[in-house]
Amino acid sequence: MLSVREAAREDEAAAVAPSDDMRPAAALRTEGLSAFYRGVPAIADVDLTFVRAAVTAIIGPSGCGKSTLLRCIDRMHETTPGAHATGRVYIGDVDVYAPHADPVEVRSMVGMVFQKPNPFPMMSVYDNVAAGPRLRGWKMRRPDLDDLVERNLRRAALWDEVKDKLRRSGAALSGGQQQRLCIARALATDPAVLLMDEPCSALDPIATYRIEQLIREIASDVTVVIVTHNMQQASRVSDRTAFMLAGEDGIGRLAEVGETSTLFTTPADERTEAYITGRFG
Amino acid sequence: MAAGTIPYGAIPERHRVAARRRAAEGAAVGLLALATLVGIALLLAILGYVVAQGAPAIDLAFFTQRPKPFGESGGGIQPAIAGTLLLAAVSGLVAIPVGIAAAVFVVEYRSGRFAEPVRFAAELISGLPSIVIGVFVWAFLVHSVVGRFAALAGAIALAVIMVPIVARTVEEVLRLVPGSLREAAFALGAPKWKVIMTVVLPTARAGVVTASILALARSAGETAPLLLTALGNEFFSLDLLRAIDALPLRIYRYAIAPYDDWHVKAWGASLVLVVVIGLVGLLLRIATRERLR
Repeated sequence: MLSVREAAREDEAAAVAPSDDMRPAAALRTEGLSAFYRGVPAIADVDLTFVRAAVTAIIGPSGCGKSTLLRCIDRMHETTPGAHATGRVYIGDVDVYAPHADPVEVRSMVGMVFQKPNPFPMMSVYDNVAAGPRLRGWKMRRPDLDDLVERNLRRAALWDEVKDKLRRSGAALSGGQQQRLCIARALATDPAVLLMDEPCSALDPIATYRIEQLIREIASDVTVVIVTHNMQQASRVSDRTAFMLAGEDGIGRLAEVGETSTLFTTPADERTEAYITGRFG
Repeated sequence: MAAGTIPYGAIPERHRVAARRRAAEGAAVGLLALATLVGIALLLAILGYVVAQGAPAIDLAFFTQRPKPFGESGGGIQPAIAGTLLLAAVSGLVAIPVGIAAAVFVVEYRSGRFAEPVRFAAELISGLPSIVIGVFVWAFLVHSVVGRFAALAGAIALAVIMVPIVARTVEEVLRLVPGSLREAAFALGAPKWKVIMTVVLPTARAGVVTASILALARSAGETAPLLLTALGNEFFSLDLLRAIDALPLRIYRYAIAPYDDWHVKAWGASLVLVVVIGLVGLLLRIATRERLR
C-alpha cells in the first residue's frame, strides 16, 4: 500500500515553511500517570511526552491499557463508574489533574474520536458538527456557524460527499463517512489535541485508508494521539510510537517510545521487537 | 442393505430428523400465529362491540349538550368530554415532567445514593390500587385542604397514577440510549445536564412520547380515583376548584342506571373515550415526530 505518511510528509514540506511558532514542542505530557478501576491498577507510572503537531501511535497487545491511557488524558477515564487516576497530565502548561481543574474544561481543549463511529442519530450532519460549539454554549451567528461546519467538514474530507445532505441524519451515512463526521465534530471546537481510540477498527480498508490520510493532514496543526492494535497502521500514520505492555501483574506500563521509523526497525527493548515481529500479542 | 462406502441407513435417519424439525417449526409458528390472532381478535371484538353499541348514541348533540335528566330524550356528554381533556391536560402537565425527571435521575445518576430508593418508590406506587390513591387524595386534599370535590384533586390523583408509569417506561427507554453517545457528548466538553437535555432525551424522544401516551391513556380510563375527588358534574365546568365530570364517571353513572336509554349513552360515551384517547395519542405523536431524513 502506498505510504500515506510519506505522501503527506512531502505535501506538508511543500506547503508549510519551517515553523517559527514559539510554542513548546511538547504539547502533551504525562508524569507518573496511573489509572485504576475500582481500586485495581490498570496502568502504572506512565511518563510520556507527545510532540506537538505530530502523530503519536500507542500500540500494544490487548489489555495493556492503551485506551485507558488515552482516556486519562482528557479525564474521560473517570466517567466509568469506580474509575480514577493519579499522577499528572499537562496539556501545554495546564495541569489536567490539578485539584481545581474542571473535567468539562479539560475536555473542551481536547477532541476525541472513538472506536465505533458514534454520530448523534437524532441530529443532522450539520448539527453533529455544530454540536460541540452548541454544547459548550458558544454564541455564534448563523453565517459563522455555517462557515465553521463547512470548514470542519472539509478538514475531515467529507464536505464534497455530504454538502447536499447536511439536513439528513448523521446516522444515514456509511460507516466510514460517519467516522469522518465524528472527526469533523471533534475538530469543530479547534482542539489542540485529538485523541483517537482505534478509529478504524470498525471500518473497511478503503475507509481506513481515507482516515489515515486525514490523520496526516490534521497533524499539520493538531497533536494527534492514536491508539491502534494495527502495527501497520501505526507505522503508516505516526511520527512517534509508544509501545505499552502489561506485566505479570496485569498492570500496563510504557515499554518503549521513540520515532516510529526507529522503533519499528531497531527497537531498543527486546519485548518491543518480539511484539512487532509477531511473536506475541 | 448393500455394502458400500455410503451408509445407506443414515440417509432415511437424516430425513426423519429433518421431518421432525420441520414439524416442530411448524407447530411453533402455528402457536405463535394463533396467539397473535387471539390478541388481535380480542382487540377487534372489543372495538367492534363498542362501536356497534355506541354508534346509535352518537349525534351532534351528544358532543355539544349537557346530560338531561331521565325522561327527557337527547342530551349529551359535553361536560364529560371537556372534563376528561382538562383532567388529562393538568395531570399530564404535572406527572409527565415529574416522571421523566425521576427516570433521568434513576438512570443518569445511578451512582447516587437516592437512585435506588426513587426507583423502588415508583414501583410501589404503581402497585397501589387506584381506589387507594383516590381515598388518599380525598383524605388529604378534598377533605382537609380544598374542602370540596374538585377537578384539581382528580387531576392530582391521576397524576399520582401516571408518575410511576412514565418513570418506569422512560427508565427503560433511557437505558437503551447507547453509552457511546453520552461519551461523545462528554468528550465534546458538555456539562452533564446539557448532555442529558441535548443528547440523551432527544435520542429517547420516541420512547418518551410513547411513555406519556401510555400514561395518559391509562389515566383517562381511571374511574375509581375520580369518584372521590372530581366527583362528576352534570354541568359544564372548567373550574379546577369545583367538581368536574369525566368520561369514565359518565359511563359509570349511565351504566349502573336502570334505563335502556342511558345504557346506550354509556356505550356512546365509551366509544368517545376510546376515540379521544386515540386522538390525543395521535396528536402527540404528530407534534413530536422525527423531523430528520
